Amino acid sequence: MAATAGSAALRAGIQRRRRWDMLFSVAGLLVMLVAVLTLVLLFLQLAIDGLPRLNADFMLNFPSRFAERAGILSAWVGTLLVMLVTAFVAVPLGVAAGLYLEEYAPRNWLTDIIEINVTNLAGVPSIIYGLLALSLFVYQMNLGQSIAAAGLTLALLIMPIVIVATREAVRAVPLSMREAAYAMGTTKWQILAHHIVPYSAGGILTGIIIGLSRAIGETAPVITIGALTFIAFLPESPFSSTFPFINFKWLEAPFTVLPIQIFNWVSRPQAEFHVNAAAAGLVLIVLTLAMNAAAIMLRQRYRKRINW
Amino acid sequence: MNDIPAPQPAPATATGPATIEQPIKASVRHLSFYYDSYRAVTDVNLDIAERRITALIGASGCGKSTFLRCFNRMHDLYPGNRYEGSIILRPKGLDIVARNVDPIGIRMRIGMVFQKPNPFPKSIFDNVAYGLKVRGIRDRRLIEERVERALRQAFLWEETRDRLGDSAMTLSGGQQQRLCIARALAPEPELLLLDEPTSALDPVATANIEELLSELKREVTILIVTHNMQQAARVSDYTAFMHLGVLVEFGVTDQLFTTPREKQTEDYITGRYG
Repeated sequence: MAATAGSAALRAGIQRRRRWDMLFSVAGLLVMLVAVLTLVLLFLQLAIDGLPRLNADFMLNFPSRFAERAGILSAWVGTLLVMLVTAFVAVPLGVAAGLYLEEYAPRNWLTDIIEINVTNLAGVPSIIYGLLALSLFVYQMNLGQSIAAAGLTLALLIMPIVIVATREAVRAVPLSMREAAYAMGTTKWQILAHHIVPYSAGGILTGIIIGLSRAIGETAPVITIGALTFIAFLPESPFSSTFPFINFKWLEAPFTVLPIQIFNWVSRPQAEFHVNAAAAGLVLIVLTLAMNAAAIMLRQRYRKRINW
Repeated sequence: MNDIPAPQPAPATATGPATIEQPIKASVRHLSFYYDSYRAVTDVNLDIAERRITALIGASGCGKSTFLRCFNRMHDLYPGNRYEGSIILRPKGLDIVARNVDPIGIRMRIGMVFQKPNPFPKSIFDNVAYGLKVRGIRDRRLIEERVERALRQAFLWEETRDRLGDSAMTLSGGQQQRLCIARALAPEPELLLLDEPTSALDPVATANIEELLSELKREVTILIVTHNMQQAARVSDYTAFMHLGVLVEFGVTDQLFTTPREKQTEDYITGRYG
């Protein structure tokens, strides 16, 4: 008798504690739904407003003072070219810095300071980068309000992201792998080239893409260095028909980027321009989501190939 | 083989000089190893017989793995390491632990197999060929030849000959460990170090590895750390028993297991501690 009474009490106790499990998972689900639904609603709102405006003309027209004739050609070309500069600068520098800090740098107070600073840099407000870039790139280095200046600014901005991602990816390579390689008589450089970089490529690439998708949406630093809001021409093409077939004139060209174009249209009183802003916003968000999707796919692919 | 210079006899320790009938591959003299100020290996004197298996036994933390890792200077990868004394590799008379000796050169002559199978996430072929790649060998025919030979030596050829391009990660644990042995053998090392190579494997895979070691000793000198005393008794010709970083007793395996000279050794092998 006593035993059954005891087990009934025990069961009641378990039930009571289980209820907390339930409660917490329901609460967590609700909180998550709020976040996800907000994003979905925002996206839908943009799509409903902007989708009708999204057509070939919109993509291929320059901005105009007539809303129905305005397009985002100069904005997306500007975004593309700025991203190109950003990637070219941030990727080699960021990856090399990450590899150096993780693999070569001695552990001492100097590298400790560098480490803390790199991590902190990732949290510096982007407008501060804009101010720095304004005095350094625009005035000191005389780059002017150009694609090169914007690309370098955004490269600075995402460098910490690339460095931190590289270090984390490299650190995930198990010690046993390094020891196995060292025991074969490899040099540090061979370990990097044959093992560490290939095994951590997925993580590094993911970091690069996440950094770039952050840069693509940045507005503040680009405004600070003086991107124009009304550009009715394209920079010179990077390709030319005569030797050496590439051309760097475009680096010096004034430019605009998608977020600035959106900002400009939103701040106008006419409702027609707001529709344009929604359509441009849709393009930007699809670009960003596509980059994030690429990051996830890359990570999955590499994870499947390498399982420790 | 007879032109090997006669090694100096090991200095007498508390345990008396160890007698080895065989040519000597490596002589350890007064070897101590420190992590910062902590001494993990203390004044070890030991001879490693050529083309024989020498087993290192002892309780966890007795310094046997630390001692083994002195042979390919693995400790150099981490800060705070310090070696004292010498390990002379014969017949060339190179001192492995000398500061001016490049550890990379040492590791190219001494292979190592680890406790947990750690193949590279590359193909089976590339794993075995890796040591040759590191050495800058490009001759495809030679590489294929050596890979096949090493896989045969590791008793893995029959199982993998049709799937050399598959990822090494698709192999079972025991196969992976044999692959690691093949990887270490392909560059034709003078000495093969094994750090508890079967402790992560099941009994069948363990038996396979032990069998393969007995075959291998015809061609290469083997130094094996093992947790498992039966394993030491089964495969090795000489056994060294370590305790708290000190070499307590060294001798012919049969003798050490049947008539140990030291009380500590007897206590350990009869299971009174450890």
